Amino acid sequence: MSTLQITDLHVSVGDTPILRGVNLTLNSSEVHALMGPNGSGKSTLAYALAGHPGYTVTQGSVQLDGEEIIELEADQRARKGLYLAFQYPVTIPGVKVADFLRHAVSNVRNPDRKEGGDLISMREYRRELYERMDELSVDRAFARRYLNEGFSGGEKKRMEILQMAMLRPRFAFLDETDSGLDTDAVNVVSEGVAKLAEEQKMGVLIITHHDRLLHYNTPDHTHVMLGGKIVESGGAELAAELYTDGYAGVRDRHPEVAAEADARKAAEPELAGVA
Amino acid sequence: MPATLDLSNADSPARDFDSPVEDRPDVDLGDYRFGFHDQTDTYAFKSRKGLDREIVAQISEMKNEPAWMRDYRLDSLALFEKRPTPHWGGDLEQINYQDIFYYMKASSGQERSWDDVPEDIRKTYEKLGIPEAEQKYLSGVKAQYESEVVYGSLQQDLVDQGVIFTDTDSALREHEDLFREYWATVIPADDNKFSALNSAVWSGGSFIYVPKGVHIKFPLQAYFRINSENMGQFERTLIIVDEGANIHYVEGCTAPTYSSNSLHSAVVEIVVKKEGRCRYSTIQNWSSNVYNLVTKRAHVYRDATMEWVDGNLGSKLTMKYPACHLLEEGARGETLSIAFAGPGQHQDAGAKMVHAAPNTSSRIISKSLSKDGGRASYRGLVKVMDGATGSKSNVVCDALILDPESKSDTYPYIECEEADVSLEHEASVSKIAEDQLFYLMSRGLSEAEASGMIVTGFIEPLVKELPMEYAVEMNRLIELQMEGSVG
Repeated sequence: MSTLQITDLHVSVGDTPILRGVNLTLNSSEVHALMGPNGSGKSTLAYALAGHPGYTVTQGSVQLDGEEIIELEADQRARKGLYLAFQYPVTIPGVKVADFLRHAVSNVRNPDRKEGGDLISMREYRRELYERMDELSVDRAFARRYLNEGFSGGEKKRMEILQMAMLRPRFAFLDETDSGLDTDAVNVVSEGVAKLAEEQKMGVLIITHHDRLLHYNTPDHTHVMLGGKIVESGGAELAAELYTDGYAGVRDRHPEVAAEADARKAAEPELAGVA
Repeated sequence: MPATLDLSNADSPARDFDSPVEDRPDVDLGDYRFGFHDQTDTYAFKSRKGLDREIVAQISEMKNEPAWMRDYRLDSLALFEKRPTPHWGGDLEQINYQDIFYYMKASSGQERSWDDVPEDIRKTYEKLGIPEAEQKYLSGVKAQYESEVVYGSLQQDLVDQGVIFTDTDSALREHEDLFREYWATVIPADDNKFSALNSAVWSGGSFIYVPKGVHIKFPLQAYFRINSENMGQFERTLIIVDEGANIHYVEGCTAPTYSSNSLHSAVVEIVVKKEGRCRYSTIQNWSSNVYNLVTKRAHVYRDATMEWVDGNLGSKLTMKYPACHLLEEGARGETLSIAFAGPGQHQDAGAKMVHAAPNTSSRIISKSLSKDGGRASYRGLVKVMDGATGSKSNVVCDALILDPESKSDTYPYIECEEADVSLEHEASVSKIAEDQLFYLMSRGLSEAEASGMIVTGFIEPLVKELPMEYAVEMNRLIELQMEGSVG
């Protein structure tokens, strides 16, 4: 049983504060939904947890089983079992999926592996990779393709889940994984996430605007973000309410935070893009 | 021998995800690995330092050459002295031609068995992995140490088919008529200052003749090793691929690391006759005190193909632009070039394609990397002569700059005298993007591994053109260059 504890987290991008005191605790096997309007800071939280160097923690702490991780580089966090499924996965020309992922798996499963150290056995790796690809309906030919190069939006998202399945993280942050997917793909991805959550006791933070992923992965907790803070938390019923009714109700219940957020958005319209 | 290795290796196992290419060998990283040197006091002959008529005549005399070659050398020296130092490309002013040894003979002769090669020299080649490679995947090997070839082999079945693979000095002695027919026909002494220098003091190099219709399945390799400080190496290579014949020639080069400079100035002439095919792959990895000024050119005839695969790592300054002169209809030329400029290094590399006949085609793909203050330049020429109707050329050059201290430039020249042609040129310059690094690192790759992988991916389109063993070598060299570049 692991715990990821986020306490009073403040994060800036450049000189602009985005997160303004986030508190959230994730435990193994729990599914949390994180919802909120564009620009409220959901992706910023995901990037900050994964250790993006452009997202500066100015205050607060993130502890994994009691160990502070905000000073750690992204790769060290990955080796400790954190995983971010990107909203916009990055293309790496000339790097084959299979080659890249074998290095990643070797490092994450053997966190003390030094550069140039042994990789996991090719036979074992290939068998496992093909098994996971079959489960997630990813064509095996993708193993030899260059990472995300020429992939459709849906293919990229599946590739994120495939990587997650191979890396078996303790905690995963899924940043709008369901957007841009057709219904079949949502089903496959949702089942994949559910299976990992169950088998690996993975804790999941699902960032979404939709209820589609949540339909298969019923959240134990739902959080609503507004203006860089979590303003409400509840159960699965809150996610359903937000999906049906939108955020007007939340804004009404938190008029000060909403007004503040609007003011900042008006001052810096590009904020909607980064956060 | 692996049956899958041939010249048309587009689908060779090097591209499979279970190939060894991606395995990063556990080598001692950091410094230039080939910087060691042997003792030189046992050498069979050493000229004095400096360049003049006496030295040139002495080289010719040591080699027992016919008078015409001695005269050719002396005329070339006069041309060299007359020509001004080029002021484009890199800085050549610091070369002191009088502070260089132009001829050194380390052993008394060329051997056919490694056991007969003097121990010091044999051990050097063992460290470089040459005897091992020879057994595994080569049809023949020449090993040149300083000025002379010290070891040579060629598979018996190729000898039986009339293939000649020898050092250029022996070729002059043993095949003088064939030699004179082609010598300096592709690159005359007065082509440029450094071809004049090479023509005056040349020694060693490979001479290859592939008879009509003979296909050489496995590559022939030459390995050039400089050992002494202030040494000049001036090998001369001449390859004749007769009609319908096929060859892949590979050369590798290393030198010890010294504080003063060495000079490597080779001339490579190639003739590819009707429907012949020649691929010439270079993996050059000189230490960073070597000036590397090389002239390489091929004459390509009807429906023949010439391919240069040119990997330039190391050296202080490299100026090298392998050329194809497409002289008859249907001739095809291709250059794939990778240049990697590290600290204090300037790689000025590229290609030249001259379309002198109708329906000729050419392709140049150049990938350059610069890091830690290195400078990588692409310099290329595509020339289409009057009457070369229907010719096509495609040039793609991409540069990757690894840090703010490093530099990349592109100098593409196009001269076109014919309207009915298709010329394409694309160029891109990029930096390693923070987003790419973060993406890979968020999967558990260290910063160094992530940059290395981005770099390997950047050159992958070129590396996959190499036979598997060379692809492994190239990736390994790039990794060595990358070591310590970040974080």
